[in-house]
Amino acid sequence: MALQPCTETPDKTINNDLHPQASEKTPVQGVATQDFPVLKERGQREVFCGLTGIVWLHRKMQDAFFLVVGSRTCAHLIQSAAGVMIFAEPRFGTAVLGERDLAGLADANDELERVVAQLLSRRPDIKTLFLVGSCPSEVIKLDLAKAAEKLNHRYFPGVRVLNYSGSGIETTFTEGEDACLASMVPVLPEKETEAPALMVVGSLADVVEDQFKRLFDQMGIGPVSFFPPRRASSLPSVGKGTKLLIAQPFLSGTARLLMARGAELLPSPYPFGIEGTTTWLKTAAEAWGIDADVFDQAIAPAVARATTGLEHYKQVLNGRKAFLFPDSQLEIPLARFLSRECGMELIEVGTPYIDRLLMDAEIALLPKGTALSEGQDVEKQLDRCREARPDITVCGLGLANPLEAEGLSTKWSIELVFSPLHGYDQTADLAELFVRSTERRRRLSV
Amino acid sequence: MELTLWTYEGPPHVGAMRVATSMEGVHYVLHAPQGDTYADLLFTMIERRDRRPPVSYTTFQARDLGGDTAEMVKTSVREAYERFKPQVMLVGESCTAELIQDQPGSLAKSMNLPIPVVSLDLPAYSKKENWGASETLYHLVRSLLLPHVLAPGSKRPARDLEMRPKANIIGPTALGFRCRDDIQEVLKLLAEIGVEANVIAPLGATPDDLMRIPDADFNICLYPEIAQTTCDWLKRSFDQPIVTTVPIGVGATRDFIAEIGEVAGIDVSRALARSKADTLGNWNAARLSSSAAPGASRLPWYSRSVDSTYLTGKRVFIFGDATHAIAAARIATEELGFTLVGIGTYSRKFARQIREVAKQHGLEAVISDDYLAVETAVAEAAPELVLGTQMERHIAKRLGIPCAVISTPIHVQDVPARYSPQMGWEGANVIFDDWVHPLMMGLEEHLIGMFREDFEFAEGHMSHLHTAPHAAPLQSAGSPIVASGSEMAASAALNSESKPMAAASEDAAEANGKINGDTETGAASWSPDGIAELKKIPFFVRGKVKRNTEKFASDRGITAITVDTLYEAKAAIGQ
Repeated sequence: MALQPCTETPDKTINNDLHPQASEKTPVQGVATQDFPVLKERGQREVFCGLTGIVWLHRKMQDAFFLVVGSRTCAHLIQSAAGVMIFAEPRFGTAVLGERDLAGLADANDELERVVAQLLSRRPDIKTLFLVGSCPSEVIKLDLAKAAEKLNHRYFPGVRVLNYSGSGIETTFTEGEDACLASMVPVLPEKETEAPALMVVGSLADVVEDQFKRLFDQMGIGPVSFFPPRRASSLPSVGKGTKLLIAQPFLSGTARLLMARGAELLPSPYPFGIEGTTTWLKTAAEAWGIDADVFDQAIAPAVARATTGLEHYKQVLNGRKAFLFPDSQLEIPLARFLSRECGMELIEVGTPYIDRLLMDAEIALLPKGTALSEGQDVEKQLDRCREARPDITVCGLGLANPLEAEGLSTKWSIELVFSPLHGYDQTADLAELFVRSTERRRRLSV
Repeated sequence: MELTLWTYEGPPHVGAMRVATSMEGVHYVLHAPQGDTYADLLFTMIERRDRRPPVSYTTFQARDLGGDTAEMVKTSVREAYERFKPQVMLVGESCTAELIQDQPGSLAKSMNLPIPVVSLDLPAYSKKENWGASETLYHLVRSLLLPHVLAPGSKRPARDLEMRPKANIIGPTALGFRCRDDIQEVLKLLAEIGVEANVIAPLGATPDDLMRIPDADFNICLYPEIAQTTCDWLKRSFDQPIVTTVPIGVGATRDFIAEIGEVAGIDVSRALARSKADTLGNWNAARLSSSAAPGASRLPWYSRSVDSTYLTGKRVFIFGDATHAIAAARIATEELGFTLVGIGTYSRKFARQIREVAKQHGLEAVISDDYLAVETAVAEAAPELVLGTQMERHIAKRLGIPCAVISTPIHVQDVPARYSPQMGWEGANVIFDDWVHPLMMGLEEHLIGMFREDFEFAEGHMSHLHTAPHAAPLQSAGSPIVASGSEMAASAALNSESKPMAAASEDAAEANGKINGDTETGAASWSPDGIAELKKIPFFVRGKVKRNTEKFASDRGITAITVDTLYEAKAAIGQ
């Protein structure tokens, strides 16, 4: 499923005719994006492909296995990213295409069946198997959807086989999670009643899930389900009455597919920082018609804690300049947090894609005139960054050490995806990430 | 299609990147999809380089495939040339680009850049990383030196005996195993015998340096996986002899010095004599107070000292690239007194050499890049120590066997800040420490063998490592005997982190039963007293004892293995 960058797609597709009601509601905070000149660049992109999503998804869903169908490059990517951990039982692998597979497509399916049989006999504990498409498998048009269907005939219900594409040509980094979750949407059980139910969409750290669950419980919002679940075999149900609260901004495809199954999107900024978290929770509270007093009472202790925790970092970050390279689509929400809650000045906010359906509520909160960029020409962007000499540069690991060596403080962006940073009690941790490298520089004297 | 849980080598273009990144003045334009820039991290993170690799990627996306991807190549080449002004440009493709066949090399050549452009043709679906590095180095050297090749049949002029002999050191690269420090160690060896280093390539070399390669009297082929092809070509083209011994280990370092003596026609007997005489003088005043005379290796004395007696006959399994595996086999058997119970390599090109080593030890070599095949071979050999790559650490964790890394693939912890060569005298010191470290220390080994119910020092515990006890060896081979509840509980109580591991090993036992156990399990089953006795065998040899006993029983048609069967087998086969 190829996701197109929405700015290059006509408006009709942005709001998608999947759910007309939602599209009417979409521009929550007024038409925001017009106020922001977006620099669209094309050139070398220094980003991960969607396969990288496996690195955290395999921990989130422990009964799942991710089998990439691709080349040695794909295998090398994942092990370079995750292989520093020593696995007694790897939870991902690659079916590496050889010359024989490229010569004729006819037996590729037999080959895949053989590999899957080999894998499942070694790992009888696997409950869900994801066949993950890659650039090579997409370019030679290997039909993994069909292969998954066929394998399901053989292994279901013992093992469910799903497929999605994590290829670099179609997905950038976190879009791999989007594609993975989207592949699970069709197999989510149908909701039995039309009673309202909340679904929180996007991988969250277990501790964060529990915090949100407690807050929803206190307000009387429920039932609440989290998607993806901790075990891929215990899927939440979806249907009319399901209200979607999106926790990660990169879930364009998943959100649309859930809407196609009758769920209603609750557009909101994302739960980063105090403001983001409050607005996000408020969105759900309003949908449930929760009394303002009840809401305020429920969040008050957490807000107070977060405010205290943030205070110190706020002082450090206030007035400092930030430059964000495109990586995960978390850039805009993070920039909003850095500018509104930490007082930082935004030099450039780069992001791989801007999906208005999921991002308008965030963009509306950015300071007017913020330089947004979509896509990348990394050399030119580096020139702009060097020119501006930001106090903190958020970038990928391919750029971080080289920029540090040039004297710039960096925050490597992948950590923003790997760490528990959503919600009130993580607000200070989130701010701390942007302080740490400067603080290190201050401490180190050699 | 091949199921790959872990791959021993990356794709060939990563090999090409290793050569480009090793050098200065070389830029590599790589036709590759968005996302393949992950390879930059190998250099900026694993090797902690402070500069971006000199690589420009076209990073095409799906929407570009309908358009002109060839034009993207040209744009990248042009922009890379203008921005980085390299002396030489490499142009090639990654696996996905290979499928769309834009011929980036020829395209770039047709652009008439005022610098040499080397077109790399690296078949990603049949070749791998080391081959890619080897080919890249060869084509680079060949393109630059082709105009200067000696006329056919002509010989190098004899070396001026007044001058010191000069050697090129060929093979060290970025992301190689300890190349950075190996170079220093080899330079020390050369200095001691009066040989001058001419060019070190590709690590640290410029294209101009490559042009000076013919000035040397001979080439040292330090990492054959990378350098062999180039050295062979240089021998044919410039009549430069090759030093083929790789100086990893004390014996190999002595042979290396002797071979240089022969190739260069110089007297090296003093250096050789010192390497033998100096080993006992670890503590003498002259050695301690002199920075002028670098010591010979401490390994020979350390290995002879009585503390090392318990290392005798430790069963070791070796896997890695051919160079490091061959070197390790010699060190393990001749310098540390281990017993080699398995050896293999993923370097198919050097399979013959590995097979020869295996044959000397009565073994069948494992020539494979299939992680699962290696895992099976390790489980069957039931070693007490695995010397392998980062991937063998996964295997060793699963089977609960101590492990040390001797070869690439590696991860960040094997690019240490401290001086840690593998080659030369200091390399042997490093090796002694690193290989012995994962083993249980002698005293603890004795005490755990004697007293089995200690609340702190339980089964499989290695207190010098804080490692969690591990129940796997009992289950690693043959029929699936699952660890008793109490054993698991003990593990869990000792170290809460061990819980997932113990659970994993239980799965492993089942899986192993499937992989390799079924052939044997029908024959004999263990009686409860037999199992109880088996558990009294120290855990690191238990796998082997179990296997031997089962074989003994099945050979004699014994169906129930009792305590007596176990001891009869021990008497008949030995440990």
